[in-house]
Amino acid sequence: MKFAVVVFPGSNSDYDAFYAASHVVGEQAELVWHKDGDLKGADAVILPGGFAHGDYLRTGAIARFSPIMAAVKSFADRGGPVLGICNGFQVLLEAGLLPGAMVRNDRIKFVSKLVPIRVEQTDTPFTAACASKQVLNLPIAHGEGNYYAPPGELDELEKNRQVIFRYASAAGDVGAEWNPNGSLNSIAGICNRQRNVVGLMPHPERAAELALGSADGRVVLASAVKALESVSR
Amino acid sequence: MKARVYVTLKPSVFDPQGHVVAEALVTLGYPDVKDVRQGKFFEVELADADPATANLSTDAHRAKVEARVTEMADKLLANPVIESYRVEVLQ
Repeated sequence: MKFAVVVFPGSNSDYDAFYAASHVVGEQAELVWHKDGDLKGADAVILPGGFAHGDYLRTGAIARFSPIMAAVKSFADRGGPVLGICNGFQVLLEAGLLPGAMVRNDRIKFVSKLVPIRVEQTDTPFTAACASKQVLNLPIAHGEGNYYAPPGELDELEKNRQVIFRYASAAGDVGAEWNPNGSLNSIAGICNRQRNVVGLMPHPERAAELALGSADGRVVLASAVKALESVSR
Repeated sequence: MKARVYVTLKPSVFDPQGHVVAEALVTLGYPDVKDVRQGKFFEVELADADPATANLSTDAHRAKVEARVTEMADKLLANPVIESYRVEVLQ
């Protein structure tokens, strides 16, 4: 299979995602410039972390106007798997491909550390190879990762099992003491109603090999391979 | 014509920055500060040569500018999920 990794001006995890997809998971990968009009025949798309367009106005707000986003949207509408990591998640929120919004971390600080997250649902293309309630140790690095959705919408998310990852303890318990940014319901990642678009604040691509302190992130990209294999079978 | 757009987080959304600013003001000797909400401010300048508005009365012109800038705020300047805004048309 082939991953496309979108490169916005200001992306900084684009090459990490490319490396994790190609060298660690061992699939084809191609970097796609944000001004390109097509996704080069990719089977899955990654919007990487960073500070697309300098985070001007709001995180992700300008990236939604990048020409490649029209192709990403139609790819997602056709059911193609799309993963937004950190700033890529913020772009998906601003583009309306995922519900809700991000506000400043509740303790104001930019948080950069390894945190445990619990896999809540395994029926998405980016959690298909995970075990239910599996705890992954992944790095977070963000100033605006405090997920917000209006009360009615939050209830809908929970009811439709769209919360995919939650911040947790190493043992998998969820609670305010393990929530690094004030996210509602300890949300670290969600998916859309159709379940093919997933966004998460932690960085699986920065924890894909043990040399990086954790190899737990590998399963997120490996899930896409498994999910696409089961579709084509 | 110019218009100003004031964008703030909705009252239901916690504003961590505003909260810290409020605490700082209390520390600075203003114990009566109960809350601060931080926001953004835009000044939008529009070309006057728009033929669609050239023959309109001042009030009608203002209304047109207000509608146009409101649309801009809705589409880009504010994120309606978390923010609310106020548009003010200047001369």
